[in-house]
Amino acid sequence: MLSKRLIVCLDVRNGKLAKSIKFVDTKDIGDPVAKARQYYEDGVDELVFYDITASREERNIMIDMVEKAASQIFIPFSVGGGIRSVEDATKLREAGAEKVNVNSAAIKRHELITEISDAIGAQSTVLSMDIRRVEPTKEIPSGYEIVINGGVTPTGIDGLWWAKEGERLGAGELVINSIDADGTKDGYELKLTRMIADAVGIPVIASGGAGKPEHLYDVLTEGHADAALVASVVHYSEYTCRQLKDYLHGRGIKIRMSY
Amino acid sequence: MITIVNYNAGNIRSVLRACNEAGTEARITSDPDAVAKASKIIFPGVGAAPSAMKYLKEMGLDAALLSAYKDGTPILGICLGAQIGLEESEEGPTKALGLIPGKTVRFKLKDKSLKIPHIGWNDVKVVKAHPLLEGIKAGDQFYFVHSYYPNPASADNVYATSDYGQDFCCAIGYKNYFATQFHPEKSGRLGLALLERFDRWEGK
Repeated sequence: MLSKRLIVCLDVRNGKLAKSIKFVDTKDIGDPVAKARQYYEDGVDELVFYDITASREERNIMIDMVEKAASQIFIPFSVGGGIRSVEDATKLREAGAEKVNVNSAAIKRHELITEISDAIGAQSTVLSMDIRRVEPTKEIPSGYEIVINGGVTPTGIDGLWWAKEGERLGAGELVINSIDADGTKDGYELKLTRMIADAVGIPVIASGGAGKPEHLYDVLTEGHADAALVASVVHYSEYTCRQLKDYLHGRGIKIRMSY
Repeated sequence: MITIVNYNAGNIRSVLRACNEAGTEARITSDPDAVAKASKIIFPGVGAAPSAMKYLKEMGLDAALLSAYKDGTPILGICLGAQIGLEESEEGPTKALGLIPGKTVRFKLKDKSLKIPHIGWNDVKVVKAHPLLEGIKAGDQFYFVHSYYPNPASADNVYATSDYGQDFCCAIGYKNYFATQFHPEKSGRLGLALLERFDRWEGK
């Protein structure tokens, strides 16, 4: 059977590593490729580089970084942040990214998901969504709303609807990032993750809120997620990837233990 | 020197990079002569079998591969390079290379909760010893991305299987040709070790 996955996310700004706390106040903590290599050797199953560079002009720095990463890590990795066209996606694929994550640009123009999926395949097209809890309304019946621009701009779009729509448009995988849980270290948003995982037929990656190994266990069991994405819990050396995976394995989760 | 065949079937630089990391010398080529005369060949590829076969023919690489195969050149197929090694594929009516009798088939899963393509890390179970699979233990995992898998006519050609709602063949071989459905270039150290063993393999 397929294994559950541990995924580490590296936020990258101007080619440097950064980790956001609640999407504000980012501080650099090093070289993304060196850090990625360290996680690769530590047994992570997949990596995500998320480009939080503000300006378009800096995009080439990201392509260079992806090239370097591809010669250093020999497991799948994806790249996200600021992808607005098929050309952006193909360039990253050619540079060595296995998958490409789209987010805000797909909200503005839904067809972008289909275009990218047609160009590089559904298996390489990941739809990332930032979601916050709201009072359920007629427009947002699930009580979860899509937000963009690093979590600050509400869209009026229902999160559950968008997840299903993303699958229909050609996404091969979803990243469900809870803005409420992000940076709290209190655990993933289990209810949200499970609601979406149960509603779609593609893998769901839970993101935001990991602080302890138990949180990963919870989201992979109760939350029905296929993969757990972590960041600060490993970036600040509270746990190694190996420790997190040993814990999950010890509790009966099917996860890769051969390195 | 490993020669990696480039025939417009996906990004194969990842294979070159992995060969470098595994400490082997490798180059990429689309030149049929270079393939026919190569001392070792990696035949990778992702995408659809019929269009890949079409490219191979257009570029004269199908004949080059067959000639290298007949000369006893060690060939490692990866993903499409395994699927095209059989005679035909359910993906389309095109005749494939036919190095091994059998057909490439699509997953027909009873469990509807399982998704196609099969993507991710899964166990590779060695069912028949082969120099390229040396050292692979129960529970060792490799990275897969595919909807079809090679299904040789004879169990003699099946070297490893994996389980995704059903047992399926994930490594095939005959004489100097060996091929995996999984991606050694994306399977961490275990995958790199397989590439390194291929570099030492004499095709026997």
